[in-house]
Amino acid sequence: MRVVIVDYGSGNLRSAAKAFERAAAENEIPTDVEVTSAPETIAFADCVVLPGVGAFADCRRGLLAVPGLEAALHEAVVMRARPFLGICVGMQLMAEIGREFEAVEGLGWIAGEVVPIEPADRSLKIPHMGWNEVERKSAHPLVAGLGSGVHAYFVHSYHFRLADPADLVATADYGGPLAAVIARDNIAGTQFHPEKSQEGGLRLIRNFLRWHP
Amino acid sequence: MLKMRVIPCLDVKDGRVVKGINFVDLVDAGDPVAQAQFYDSEGADELCFLDITASAENRDTLYDVVGRTAEKCFMPLTVGGGVRTVEDIRRLLLAGADKVSINTAAIARPEFVREAARKFGSQCIVAAIDAKATGPERWEVFTHGGRRKTGIDAVAWACRLADYGAGEILLTSMDRDGTKSGFDIPLTRAVADAVRLPVIASGGVGTLDHLVEGIRDGHATAVLAASIFHFGTYRIGEAKARLAACDIPVRL
Repeated sequence: MRVVIVDYGSGNLRSAAKAFERAAAENEIPTDVEVTSAPETIAFADCVVLPGVGAFADCRRGLLAVPGLEAALHEAVVMRARPFLGICVGMQLMAEIGREFEAVEGLGWIAGEVVPIEPADRSLKIPHMGWNEVERKSAHPLVAGLGSGVHAYFVHSYHFRLADPADLVATADYGGPLAAVIARDNIAGTQFHPEKSQEGGLRLIRNFLRWHP
Repeated sequence: MLKMRVIPCLDVKDGRVVKGINFVDLVDAGDPVAQAQFYDSEGADELCFLDITASAENRDTLYDVVGRTAEKCFMPLTVGGGVRTVEDIRRLLLAGADKVSINTAAIARPEFVREAARKFGSQCIVAAIDAKATGPERWEVFTHGGRRKTGIDAVAWACRLADYGAGEILLTSMDRDGTKSGFDIPLTRAVADAVRLPVIASGGVGTLDHLVEGIRDGHATAVLAASIFHFGTYRIGEAKARLAACDIPVRL
């Protein structure tokens, strides 16, 4: 099985790759992890991971800057329905629109928009930064084994406001619920960084590698 | 609920740890990666590397250390020291850092913070402030390890850094740094209450109660300490247990 981590100039590719390699080593079937921006590789991957560190608009431009990359993502994820995981901004990019600094169109794979976190409690700091508990809202295979009290590492000032609550898999509470894990068909995303969330994060990655949507 | 963070900091020079942990049986106590793994296993919430390498030629050793750490530790890593350009930030992030801290370069040219936040997102830009008391309820920003005055008010500076898009403030009291007499609580609270950003309190930790004070009284959302952890005075777990005993939410 070949997992590709999409390189589009966003940060933290290395830590994402290392975490996936660690989880892949424990997978039952031989799993290769490849970091690439090559459209032909991405189009025919078995699983696609879109990491993300940075601002929405900048990441969106990064995707567009690689010729053929969006078409390759479309081929793998929409046409071939391969499992897809977006991480942090990589998850947010699936939205119809992002509103960080400027309004920018996203991939439009999951209905909703990316808007500033605005907790009613003004004493809550922005960004939402640090370890927060992840609460399951569905029995989705991605969050199997992530029981109550599991923490994940978040760092974001914007959040994905879903149009359809059926796409919500898990939340984190920060002056109200924020989408922590979302999924629709073969497409999933985590607002937190599983590659930075120690054992709980590696568990989610292992779940993703075994996911057969 | 979001948990308050305990962050051990390692000073790194020429790729080696200065003042490393000397109470555990590490094969190579000067290796930052080994120390990072130790703190990872101890339940630290984040790690911080402060690079104090003097020469630019040895800068590559830092990227190597960050890269090797990212291969072994699946936890957040902040790297600071000598970050002056967008390219410096990109290289650190590509090596595996999650956040970079900017200090002197922001004072020299505040627009740098804005450019960095626009490019990489506010979430990975930590603005470091080294402050010293210059009067009652007044603190000034210093550089060069507290030796050089800038004439800038620390609280006003924190607000400006927030406007420029910094994602977090790492606030060090140069009066308290190395004294083990506790954080400068009035300074910490003045900054934490003035900005909406998370503030990491730093400088002066000698006891576990100092950590409690930084959060409870200083209104910081994270506490950073070096020597109490390096020298084995306290373990990360003990620090968190004390915070929890004082009703401060922590990840245990």
